[in-house]
Amino acid sequence: MTDWTRTARVLRRAGFGASGAEIDAAVAQGVDRWLDSALADAPEPQYPALEAVPLPGGNASQEERQRYRQALAEQGRVLAAWWVRQMATSATPVAERLTFGWHQHWATSLSKVRLAPAMLRQQRTFRSAGLGSFTTLAQALVTDPALMFYLDAQQNTAAAPNENLARELMELFCLGVGGGYTETDVKEAARALTGWRITPAGPVLDPRRHDGGPKTLLGRTGPLDAPAAVDAILAAPAHPVHLATRWWRQLASPEPPPPPTLARLLAAYGPGRSLRALFRAVLTDPAFEAAAGAVVLSPVEWVVGSLRVLKVPVTDQVAMLALATLRGLGQVPLQPPNVSGWPSGQAWLSTASAQTRAAAAQRLVRAADLAVVADAAPAARTDALAHLLGLPSFTARTLTALQTAKGDPAALTAIGLVSPEYQVA
Amino acid sequence: MRVPFDPRLPLDGLTRRTFLACSGVAGAAAVLAGAAGCTWRDVQRQATENPLPAGTPVLVLVTLYGGNDGLNTLIPYADPAYAAARPGLAYTAGEVLKLDDSFGLNPGLAGWQQLWQDQRLAIVRGVGYPKPDRSHFRSMDIWQTGSPDAPATSGWLGRWLDSQQNPDPLLALSIGPTLPVLAVGEKRTAAALSVQEKPTLPMEAVLARLGEPDAADTRAAAEVAASYAALGRVRDDVVEHLDEVPLHDEVEGDQSLLGQLQVVAKCILLGAPTRAYSVSLGGFDTHGGEKATQTAQLRTLDQAVTAFRKALAASPRASDVVIMCYSEFGRRVKANASEGTDHGTAGDLFLIGDRVKAGFHGDAPSLTDLADGDLKVTTDFRSVYAEVVSTVLGGDADRVVGKAPAKLGVLR
Repeated sequence: MTDWTRTARVLRRAGFGASGAEIDAAVAQGVDRWLDSALADAPEPQYPALEAVPLPGGNASQEERQRYRQALAEQGRVLAAWWVRQMATSATPVAERLTFGWHQHWATSLSKVRLAPAMLRQQRTFRSAGLGSFTTLAQALVTDPALMFYLDAQQNTAAAPNENLARELMELFCLGVGGGYTETDVKEAARALTGWRITPAGPVLDPRRHDGGPKTLLGRTGPLDAPAAVDAILAAPAHPVHLATRWWRQLASPEPPPPPTLARLLAAYGPGRSLRALFRAVLTDPAFEAAAGAVVLSPVEWVVGSLRVLKVPVTDQVAMLALATLRGLGQVPLQPPNVSGWPSGQAWLSTASAQTRAAAAQRLVRAADLAVVADAAPAARTDALAHLLGLPSFTARTLTALQTAKGDPAALTAIGLVSPEYQVA
Repeated sequence: MRVPFDPRLPLDGLTRRTFLACSGVAGAAAVLAGAAGCTWRDVQRQATENPLPAGTPVLVLVTLYGGNDGLNTLIPYADPAYAAARPGLAYTAGEVLKLDDSFGLNPGLAGWQQLWQDQRLAIVRGVGYPKPDRSHFRSMDIWQTGSPDAPATSGWLGRWLDSQQNPDPLLALSIGPTLPVLAVGEKRTAAALSVQEKPTLPMEAVLARLGEPDAADTRAAAEVAASYAALGRVRDDVVEHLDEVPLHDEVEGDQSLLGQLQVVAKCILLGAPTRAYSVSLGGFDTHGGEKATQTAQLRTLDQAVTAFRKALAASPRASDVVIMCYSEFGRRVKANASEGTDHGTAGDLFLIGDRVKAGFHGDAPSLTDLADGDLKVTTDFRSVYAEVVSTVLGGDADRVVGKAPAKLGVLR
């Protein structure tokens, strides 16, 4: 594998796609130094202003309640469009990809939460803690208002524990199915998490609703509270394996990491649970390189990546087109289907999604900057297109299809966008 | 992709790969969504060339994702322990749709109360399996593989397909773009019929070319190409063909349970050679605000089943159809503080049709003699599966579900 091909995969998986020009620059710089800056703390984006919508009072009319719901829904649309634009235009695409990756990991849906400001608050946590220690991130998320709303945690009380958050904390977020915990651990963790309420000022522990009694969770005994429960869960042996494997599957391959790779990932993650070190280890592992082409791009990766490489100006209209396409493909940001996040791989390859991608490709190229393709001599256009899309080359099969559109840079580019080799990385 | 995106957390987003990872299913056949996909045109052709013989029983399997609360579906309204365990969440004797002096149905199930009165509804109580698992993923996996004791390598309906001589690719048909675990065997899978709105097929010729395999493709790229090749087969206007079989109260091109069951009704009316259909409804994970949510869910179920039976009513095939409806677990006896319930164990299983022995089957679990706060399972789901396999599907139950417990006699 050439240096360019290897670097291309790192850039395409670490961010949202990458153009040939970006890959050329990273090759010149060297992947290690490129990763230094890609995994550095990113500047905070300009967040959208989302004013809290006042709750309709108890005596509110049908109409007032309707207006309240509409105002909430409008904020949700504003936030989703803002996020798509942020992902498509940010100068730090790796930070954006990892933020979206945390959304997939701690999947929380606006459809149930309804409050866009809470979803934005959660995203700010992903951005501020997503490259540091997982301990910090997990401690923040266990009382994150959006996640609490989503998993009914605000009504988890000593008198009547609600296990939803405690169970998913172990099953999905930290330990995984078969991660060495029992039903008793779920119940004990739920007790430890009791008593948190969401107030306009943020999450607050209400001692009257908290179960302060002794609990035994994963071998630790004491009057465990939420931070202590998170500590006990993260100390379980299954945790680093689960976290490294989930991220390996997001970035590298649908197959679990081979044992030597897993050992390297765990060493990098280390007792400090360093996420930055884990991401670097994933992206630089020999098995990452060997898994080239193993990942089917998710709809967000495909849409955002296409907007980026084609330098499509993300006007309101383009943001709406992107969101409509994502809806058609089944991956609307802020609305994962359930707490386990979106499916992956073949799930994105239905015949209906093929049609949606084709239709979107035809519309995207109309707004794209196709100069590098159009300016190339007709005989060099397919090479120029492959380079633009961050591909080392096209297959013979795709070159045959591209032959039909040699004279039309827009049609040529649309074919490139739907080509099987561009759908994978 | 048009998987049913239900914000109320239907945990049905398992891809085959997740399934493989969780349950160890490793059938040699590469079962791609594209490869299993079929079109309305395929159904029509098979219905013409290989129609289902009249009088052949047909199974329609309805999976309720999320864990339907059995105690608020078939409600033991006369048991004082019921109201005591669920302040604010219990239905009163005046609210339930009474079946007898002890039990009534959820108010959302008005059509099913009529089915009960017409002797068309069998209710199996206390259904589950030994050592209940309260994870959505694991428990649904257990129900769908039919294997509570050890991870299985195939789904139960898939094993039935494996055992069949009839090679018809439409012998089992799943409605929707993704195949559920239950429909994947070692050698065969159900076909997946995804009914979309009128396809516009942009770039049709290009996609057909891109659907050709290429030696340089990675496995993932080959899967993309295969999905394009499958697209070539849906060039016919699906909706137009659907319209050739008119139904009552049509809902076009949607993925609701009603929409799914209308597609099933059309397949049955056309004489498709399909013995088993799979449809689903998500959204039963009622940790909070359960009363309103679950009643709306059950009303959706009730109305979809009622419309389905109405669509078939004039056909002689109506009496061949057995509907079986289940969920991965019931819920905790005691309500939680959010006016909902957490994951539990035993639940109810429903069978509907002219071929069922109407009435109650299986013992109702005690509300006071609990296992760790949960209902004790009285009936192993495999005993129902075994009877469905041998009586409805005409298969070898031992081969499909192993040595199952004694049959209950829920079918004629």
